[in-house]
Amino acid sequence: MPAQSIWTLLSWGPDGWSDDIAYGVIVTVLLALATLPIGLTIGFFIALGKQSEEPSLRLAANIYTTVFRGLPELVTLFLFFFGMPILLQHLIRYFRPEATIDVNSFVAGMIVLSLIFSSYASEVFLSAFRAIPKGQYEGGYSIGLSRWQTMRLVILPQLLRIAFPGLENCWLSLLKDTSLVSVVGLAETLRNAGVAARVTKHSFLFYSIAALVFLGLAVVSSFATSAILRSLGKREAQR
Amino acid sequence: MSATAAMVERPPPRTRGWPRPRIVGYALVCLWIAFGLGIVGYLFFAWNPAFFAKYAPAYLSGLGVTLSLVAISMVLGAVLSMPVAYGRMSRNRILSGLAYCYVYFFRGTPLLVQTFLVYYGLGSFRPELQMIGLWDFFKDAFNCGVFAFALNTAAYQAEILRGAVESVPRGQWEGAASLGLHKLQTLRKIILPQALIVALRPYGNELILMVKASAIVAIITVYDLMGNAKLAFANSFDIQAYIWVALVYLVMVELLRHAIEWIERRITIHLKR
Repeated sequence: MPAQSIWTLLSWGPDGWSDDIAYGVIVTVLLALATLPIGLTIGFFIALGKQSEEPSLRLAANIYTTVFRGLPELVTLFLFFFGMPILLQHLIRYFRPEATIDVNSFVAGMIVLSLIFSSYASEVFLSAFRAIPKGQYEGGYSIGLSRWQTMRLVILPQLLRIAFPGLENCWLSLLKDTSLVSVVGLAETLRNAGVAARVTKHSFLFYSIAALVFLGLAVVSSFATSAILRSLGKREAQR
Repeated sequence: MSATAAMVERPPPRTRGWPRPRIVGYALVCLWIAFGLGIVGYLFFAWNPAFFAKYAPAYLSGLGVTLSLVAISMVLGAVLSMPVAYGRMSRNRILSGLAYCYVYFFRGTPLLVQTFLVYYGLGSFRPELQMIGLWDFFKDAFNCGVFAFALNTAAYQAEILRGAVESVPRGQWEGAASLGLHKLQTLRKIILPQALIVALRPYGNELILMVKASAIVAIITVYDLMGNAKLAFANSFDIQAYIWVALVYLVMVELLRHAIEWIERRITIHLKR
């Protein structure tokens, strides 16, 4: 009898929890995918700042990574989630005294995760920058490309290839960090599994499912990244 | 030789004036200074002796809980990582497969999920655990935290250990064998001293990651540093509860980072030329 009830619990529909968990998985993946481009962009510019010749720019970039790599992810999230509304409220009170502000947990999670992701990604980009010989820049300038063109056409393609394995690690930890956003109420995988666990009293079952979901996402992304790497390698060989 | 050295070009003079990077850099640094002053100013104006008197002792005891949690799980993890690393390097298919699965599971799933799995999940097996007398252990949230953290860090530390041992060239093993040392002696006297130099930095990073990750146990009702901050915020709705805790974590992580760098400089002094 209990075995049968477990299958009902795992079914799709009003009695089962599979649909809720699947919805949570979609939110998890969307959150990670929405964070990725923002984090990569910020991380790239932070790395540019760190390898700049201008000391003040280096200082500013180093403060950024020190802060966001030094703070626990959970503390950053709570600071942002609870602190941002207070700050915004103070600012907005000058214009509209009646307005109240609620921070969406998805947006808060996205911002915090991109801050954290970018500070780790910037280290990866920085070491990739250091692996590119100076002659590449000089070659770009000598054929008349501007600074920005050299960066985009000469450096960036090589940079991405060198940085790829490191960025893959960043992506995997980003995927895992999305689970933290469940704490501020985002209905993602872990939260929905937790609700199911509390309602049905089958905690081990549902938390194991959450673990398997994250494991599955990691496996899928490792397949995806190896496919990307292979296509990068192919393009390399064609040259 | 000295002639060429004398002819080496001097570095170009430092750029003067206000090129664009400098403007951007100064602007960003000013932004950070404004941000820092804002925080300091806020803490100054929001200075509340009652808040401080009420929660400072709690924060201090929370710091103790955090540090002991990290220390215990780091040490347990180190002990547990040895058989796992041995399994990963073993030629036995089954052994290495098992160790690989262990490492993959604990590195592939979020620590939060693992902690929930231990704290809430093991509650499903209460009768069985009571029967073998382990329930008293898993009843306590702190113990569950230590258990989950130790298993998690064991997986990471096993990989660090394996990487470090494999970074020592094979010739070192062969040389030791030709001198008649057996495996364990070789490992202890020849391989580990060289491997640990390589492993120091990753171990330090793992320690820092553990300190940061330990904030997670606040969610399973352990009153560590973060747990006390949560409590203080829930009681007072005062955001400085989180600002103070953030400062403590930041100081802790920076101290650890600099200590590790200092140790690394000390123990690699013979490698520098």
